[in-house]
Amino acid sequence: MSVTIPLPHDAARMHVTGTARYVDDIPTPAGSLHLAFGLSPIARGRITGLDLDAVRAAPGVVAVMTAKDLPFANDVSPSAHDEPLLAEDEVFYAGQPVFLVVATSHLAARKAARLGDMRFEDLPAILTIEQALAADSRFEDGPRVYGRGDVGPAIAAAPRQVEGEFELGGQEHFYLEGQVALALPQEGGDMVVHSSTQHPTEIQHKVAEALGVPMHGVRVEIRRMGGGFGGKESQGNALAVACAVAARATGRTCKMRYDRDDDMTITGKRHAFRIAYRAGFEDDGRLIGVDFTHYAICGWAMDLSLPVADRAMLHADNAYYLPTVRIESHRLKTNTQSATAYRGFGGPQGMVGIERVMDHIAHDLGLDPVLVRQRNYYAAPVGGGAAPRPSASPRGISNKKEAGRVTPYGMEVEDFELQGMTNALMESSGYAARRAAIAAWNADNAVIKKGIAFSPVKFGISFTLTHLNQAGALVHVYQDGSVHLNHGGTEMGQGLFQKVAQVAADRFGIGLEAVKITATDTGKVPNTSATAASSGSDLNGMAVKAACDTIRDRMAAFLAERAQADVSDVRFADGRVFVGADEMSFAEAAAAAYQGRISLSATGFYKTPKVAWDRIKGEGRPFFYFAYGCAVTEVAIDTRTGENRILRADLLHDAGASLNPALDIGQVEGAYVQGAGWLTTEELVWDDAGRLRTHAPSTYKIPACSDRPDVFNVGLWGAVNREDTIYRSKAVGEPPFMLGISAWLALSDAVAACGTAYPAMDAPATAEEVWRAVRRVRDGV
Amino acid sequence: MSKIHVTTKINGDTVEFLCDPRETVLDVLRDRLGLTGAKEGCGTGDCGACSVTLDGRLVCSCLVLGAEADGKEIGTVEGIAQGEDLHPLQEKFIEYAALQCGICTPGILVAAKSLLEKNPDPTEEQVRYWLAGNLCRCTGYDKIIRAVMDTAADLREAS
Repeated sequence: MSVTIPLPHDAARMHVTGTARYVDDIPTPAGSLHLAFGLSPIARGRITGLDLDAVRAAPGVVAVMTAKDLPFANDVSPSAHDEPLLAEDEVFYAGQPVFLVVATSHLAARKAARLGDMRFEDLPAILTIEQALAADSRFEDGPRVYGRGDVGPAIAAAPRQVEGEFELGGQEHFYLEGQVALALPQEGGDMVVHSSTQHPTEIQHKVAEALGVPMHGVRVEIRRMGGGFGGKESQGNALAVACAVAARATGRTCKMRYDRDDDMTITGKRHAFRIAYRAGFEDDGRLIGVDFTHYAICGWAMDLSLPVADRAMLHADNAYYLPTVRIESHRLKTNTQSATAYRGFGGPQGMVGIERVMDHIAHDLGLDPVLVRQRNYYAAPVGGGAAPRPSASPRGISNKKEAGRVTPYGMEVEDFELQGMTNALMESSGYAARRAAIAAWNADNAVIKKGIAFSPVKFGISFTLTHLNQAGALVHVYQDGSVHLNHGGTEMGQGLFQKVAQVAADRFGIGLEAVKITATDTGKVPNTSATAASSGSDLNGMAVKAACDTIRDRMAAFLAERAQADVSDVRFADGRVFVGADEMSFAEAAAAAYQGRISLSATGFYKTPKVAWDRIKGEGRPFFYFAYGCAVTEVAIDTRTGENRILRADLLHDAGASLNPALDIGQVEGAYVQGAGWLTTEELVWDDAGRLRTHAPSTYKIPACSDRPDVFNVGLWGAVNREDTIYRSKAVGEPPFMLGISAWLALSDAVAACGTAYPAMDAPATAEEVWRAVRRVRDGV
Repeated sequence: MSKIHVTTKINGDTVEFLCDPRETVLDVLRDRLGLTGAKEGCGTGDCGACSVTLDGRLVCSCLVLGAEADGKEIGTVEGIAQGEDLHPLQEKFIEYAALQCGICTPGILVAAKSLLEKNPDPTEEQVRYWLAGNLCRCTGYDKIIRAVMDTAADLREAS
């Protein structure tokens, strides 16, 4: 068995020796050119003059292109064809590419790009939620509304109510490898593009449109990214298209990488939200009704904002049964970077909303917030919560969906794990005793206050756009028994390639050393979905399994026939093939099959079953299953300055029957720290003119080594997936990100110890925000 | 612009190159010498992905001019292993799965090696703060710290 083993990343040895090759490391032919964009300095305006003579005259400049010089489509949008590569008559955000410089070096291109003389007639920019609402500047006609029951009267009639509103900042991806692409012109007008992208098929599609060729004229390859986090789902389109267009125009290889400041200035980020809420509940904390309004700041172009905002709505319940609920979602169009996919894809924002409500209710009632959460959990699944039977898909005996188990969008939660997980984490983290100790500490200490908080995660797995839930694979077995593995998923550090290789090795009963992992390539597997929505190993693992099984079954049939044995007596294990009483090495079996004229190459395909979703009605089964997790975080704050620290984090996460516990724990730890960073230190600041002022690590603070919790306990919940996924594992890329919500709630808990009022903190809870919240709670200012 | 002739030692080998006066050590390593292990993460000395040693001192190679390397010794990630034999730090990083996308890994290894050469018995806090200048967006740092601490313990035992 090669699955379930905690193997290191497939490229680990290359990573530690510095030999792993990223796009910017690929040797380029002599005479290669380098690109940079000239950027709009203003947030909105009409272009009245564009004098680029100084740019053209700058040292090393070979060509300068504007929208007029583009031969075909001027569009890099992943959705609505509303995102020109280069601005046409108007600019819509500060940082929008206006012209393209092609030069002999990266530095020459960047320097020249600063020399453009751009003149504008300023137009009023929409930068805030208030401005967008006043101007009715939005995507879609009006707000989307999902819900169940008549929430207004339900809340009004409830014994108790809370309400509030808070800001929830966006987040820069800060993949350590910036955006980069490399285009190599081929014979006959074809183009090969290396792109640091999570979505090679879309790069292929956009490049083909820009070059006016069919998709078969473009091949896109990506071996690995230096981090993605959703930031390379659509944001790489501009660089790849620019390189391809410039390569076509000059006949030379063209490379573009954004300098970090450009990267942060140009590319989209996580959607910032404002969330308003009103909730009615019983005296014991059980919710009766909750009404949310989401204001999502989507930026200037649509990009993926609709499904992001949808997913926020679909996670407005998180782990809780909401008897009546209404969620109103405004997708606001603003003159800022076009907000895009980011790990969790709106789910985190939706989840923070309901976690805030739970926290507020607990504070209102003076109850332990864990208790309030447990009282509102979805009902345990039929047949109990723990260790389900491997083959179980435990629907109720009748088809009637049981109340207490149905989400606001009508999907029954059949696999709820959180009762058992919560109890286990309460125990392992020593929550109750620590909570008491913290209360005692806070009673004795006026300056340093501590806080502790628990938060659960229930995250829906599948693309909500149902047709994206498909994947393909291509597997070859060579006559020496070695295996060439390819699939549509991309590697960005998450370990997808290793997990899928483990599947392939297991299907053939061979060692991993016999399996060659190869770069994602649109010429091998076509029409792929982005490696996103945590779907990578679920989809591609299954597609590879199908391809391997096809070849294995052909080999088995051939070997059985040759030995006059029954095909059911052929077995592949330990690098050997057993045919009845006979046995041979896998290599010998492959050679024999080749000589027997058996095809040793196959494609594999997979589509996720059961999913069906109507996003307009807000009804259906958008998700194949849910992944779960829970966390307890303890923090300390300095009430004089707001400075704060995470002292301890205990995480328990559900990866199903993990394909690779080492990689999965890595995902959980990294996601928690990234999630906590989003809600604590990572603050994006735009000035009044709409210019992003936090565009480098000097001003934008992602967690550093020194910020990692002093005590960090991470465990995987062992239950297998109730749905028939690859080896009953669960998707793990995004769900643990939201464990970081517990850090924000813990800070709120520490602030609450300063007085009696509810802290009502915004996010991120930077030191300044914590300091302000302390003053509100303690001094009423 | 006239180019500057620089003689240096990189990972023990004498290397000569011509560079533009404004080129950084990082540019020279990556673009002129084909040593792409050091990465540009920010170009402003804030992320540590380009870490190298210059006469034994840990520096961000994006902040050092190529010309400044004249007469000095540069150590990069490519020089940490001896041929096929990995350095104990490299082995521990693999064993602990202390890497994900891997692009910060070269800088972190150069920095960690530099720490252990100065201080073979660091506290966990010293490791955390020494590596605070090396950003990693994937791992959450826990496994990195454990790998460095465990390597230090092994090396002390072996010496």
